[in-house]
Amino acid sequence: MSACLDIRGLSAVLPNGQRVLRSVSLTVQPGEVRALVGESGAGKTMIGKAVLGVLPKSVRIVEGEMLIEGEDLGRLDAKARRTLIGARTALIPQDPLTALNPSRRIGAQMTDRLVRILGWSGERADTRIRQLLDEVQIRDPERVLKSYPHELSGGMRQRVLIAAAFAAEPRLIVADEPTTALDVTVQKQILRLIAQLQRDHGTAILFVTHDLGVVAKISQKVSVLYAGKVVEEAETTQLFDAPQHPYTRALIAATPRYTDPYASLKPVDEAVLAGLSAEIAAADQDWRPGHG
Amino acid sequence: MDDARISRGGLSPRLWLAGGWLLIALLAAIFAPLVAPQDPLAQDLMLERLPPFWLDGAEPGYWLGTDSLGRDLLSRLIFGGRIAFIVAFAAATSACLLGSALGLIAGYFGGWADRIISRVVDVWMAFPPVLFAILLVAVLGTGLSSVILAIAIIDWTRFCRVIRAEAMSQARMDYVESARIAGYGRIGIMLREVLPNVLPSVVALLSLEMGIAVIVEAILSFVNLSISTDDPTWGSIIAEGRLSIHQAWWVLVFPLITLILTVLSFSQFGEALKARFDPVLR
Repeated sequence: MSACLDIRGLSAVLPNGQRVLRSVSLTVQPGEVRALVGESGAGKTMIGKAVLGVLPKSVRIVEGEMLIEGEDLGRLDAKARRTLIGARTALIPQDPLTALNPSRRIGAQMTDRLVRILGWSGERADTRIRQLLDEVQIRDPERVLKSYPHELSGGMRQRVLIAAAFAAEPRLIVADEPTTALDVTVQKQILRLIAQLQRDHGTAILFVTHDLGVVAKISQKVSVLYAGKVVEEAETTQLFDAPQHPYTRALIAATPRYTDPYASLKPVDEAVLAGLSAEIAAADQDWRPGHG
Repeated sequence: MDDARISRGGLSPRLWLAGGWLLIALLAAIFAPLVAPQDPLAQDLMLERLPPFWLDGAEPGYWLGTDSLGRDLLSRLIFGGRIAFIVAFAAATSACLLGSALGLIAGYFGGWADRIISRVVDVWMAFPPVLFAILLVAVLGTGLSSVILAIAIIDWTRFCRVIRAEAMSQARMDYVESARIAGYGRIGIMLREVLPNVLPSVVALLSLEMGIAVIVEAILSFVNLSISTDDPTWGSIIAEGRLSIHQAWWVLVFPLITLILTVLSFSQFGEALKARFDPVLR
């Protein structure tokens, strides 16, 4: 059985030739949650965008393959690629405030995609949306469906977006820091909801986050990213029990703990960062586009 | 939220005053033959320079007095309103359709489309608008349709620039990206996701542009380049009033007040409409 998402040796560059992704390889098996963790600027979101085909125009993929359920995106023409991505993937975005169209009602936005892209009947789409709103524990779907986005709280909007992402039964969901923009109290509920729906629907998720606490809660496997390079990948339990890479160890050590709330935050050690820079410089030295 | 609703929405005095004036002026213009107390073209030298009704020497039936040819000022203003409103609606709508469409394309598609459209706008805006209008009418010939065409040709850039900027910022929004991921085509996204969000600005600009069209028409008829017939226009009444300012100030002052109120109302009405159209402000 082919992986739900298979990225092989993906490299991308900016117009000035700087590499933003360095031979990234990762797989997400069907029904599995793969966390993609790293600090800001590490390229986590970039990978998500690459999979979904919405990279900024300035970023160019120079090598590597991306396969969704065994189909190589690079071999499809633009239209077939759009259709494939549209039918099999969905996004849970980072910022629920800008991810819904402010001038259209929630109901119209949610059913629209099912009707227009997947060709469902309006009635079927409506039933489906109500079912999903129930699954994300929205108590008064009538009101929510008739609302404009600004009439709902951030947490409610994120629930709506989660429902929308799962509604079309995608095989793969890219969750791009879906809890970052929310209150801490709401974060936990939203995370639990995503985990619940993921289990119920058996959807594979590529979960982009910088929060190791979130990684521990939701994922089975983790890829640690630094400067566009996967420095370590492991089963989640294994990663926390026996981190192999010094950077991973430093990241875990840097996570604040409830057991010792007054301990000062530990930044990642200089020596570790120096080691990482050397590692990346070495990788870049051997690398030529197309030959990596 | 409720406070915002009262100050921005239906009950705002701004909307009522502006809309009220426009409605009165518009109805008077439409039903001019029924409403106007006198024939706007009828000259009577026995009645020349009659003052408005509250001054000594006023004649009943000539509420705002008469001009130097004895024509009733109020009737002329009412009939002048017909041309003002026709020009306002036709010219502003044409400019709006042309400018908004190009602005939407430039802003949303970017790249070459944007470069070409933006350069044309830059070149266009290098011409002083009123001189450009006078030049265009001189070339196209006077007449109602020339005036409308000239205003549309000149002022589409206003819409283009604003809508381009709005479409650009909309195109970067996450919901546009989500629509792309879902597999919508670019035209579909432009019309379904971007257009509804720039519509409030389009409406506000359209109303503002109607006011501007009224002014430009007045300027053109002031310099005798608008409607070549004897039909009264606000600009031509102002031009005549200017000549007799020392003998009959009212011939200048009333059309000026009418013009200012109308232009002001259009712009205020546009702002109020924008607030009503915008779901976030509503």
